[in-house]
Amino acid sequence: MRELSSGWGRILVAVYAVFAVAATGRSLVQLGTDADRAPLAYSLSLLAALVYLAATTCLLVGGPRGWWAALVAVAVEAVGVLVVGTLSYAATDLFPDRTVWSHFGQGYGFLPLLLPFLGLAWLRRTSPRTGR
Amino acid sequence: MQAVNAVLLWLVLALVLVAGVMVVVHLVRDETAGDPTFLALAAVEVVLLVQAVVGCVALAGTERDVAAATFLGYLLSLPLVLPLGAFWSLAERSRAGTAVLLVALLTVVALEVRVFSIWTAGA
Repeated sequence: MRELSSGWGRILVAVYAVFAVAATGRSLVQLGTDADRAPLAYSLSLLAALVYLAATTCLLVGGPRGWWAALVAVAVEAVGVLVVGTLSYAATDLFPDRTVWSHFGQGYGFLPLLLPFLGLAWLRRTSPRTGR
Repeated sequence: MQAVNAVLLWLVLALVLVAGVMVVVHLVRDETAGDPTFLALAAVEVVLLVQAVVGCVALAGTERDVAAATFLGYLLSLPLVLPLGAFWSLAERSRAGTAVLLVALLTVVALEVRVFSIWTAGA
């Protein structure tokens, strides 16, 4: 099995780390300064932040256990960005303020939409079952 | 103050462009980044540190309504990006390791744009 954080995984870890820090910072500022304005959106911001933190950590830890945990985190992320992205268009009243995942991550160059699928592709290549 | 901030923004973006081109050349040639590239990154870093100080002074002195917490968050994160990126890149001297430097530079651009838009939002 290849190391999750080496080769192209190294780039993935770097991008995930940036999003982990950015989403954590953003959600804490949102919840800390103006929590009542958009509780659902800000809670989802925090969830996104935790998912990015988990994915970064799992990729760094590696091993079969890290691989499975990373798969769960990236899958939650993929579902999250698709559901929140769709809802932010369909039910605008639910989201008075934006989250990382709103409009499929438009505010972040659509990277939040791309990232989970890059993550899944990388996990597929480094799968503990097919590797070695 | 406003003029100084704009000069710093463009200086950062220009230096990032220089460093970015150097990194892309390394990537295309599949070679690891050498001293000239890291010097270019260091030049960006110096301006980012100056900007952090100037930004704090500007925030303290402004009478406009700037979102202080967010502004400081981005402003003070900026100087951390390149050292962390360089550290992560140097741990693996490969094409992927070099690409990490590009990720770090693009992150600097994104943060820089955010800092400036937050600063000018109240203007």
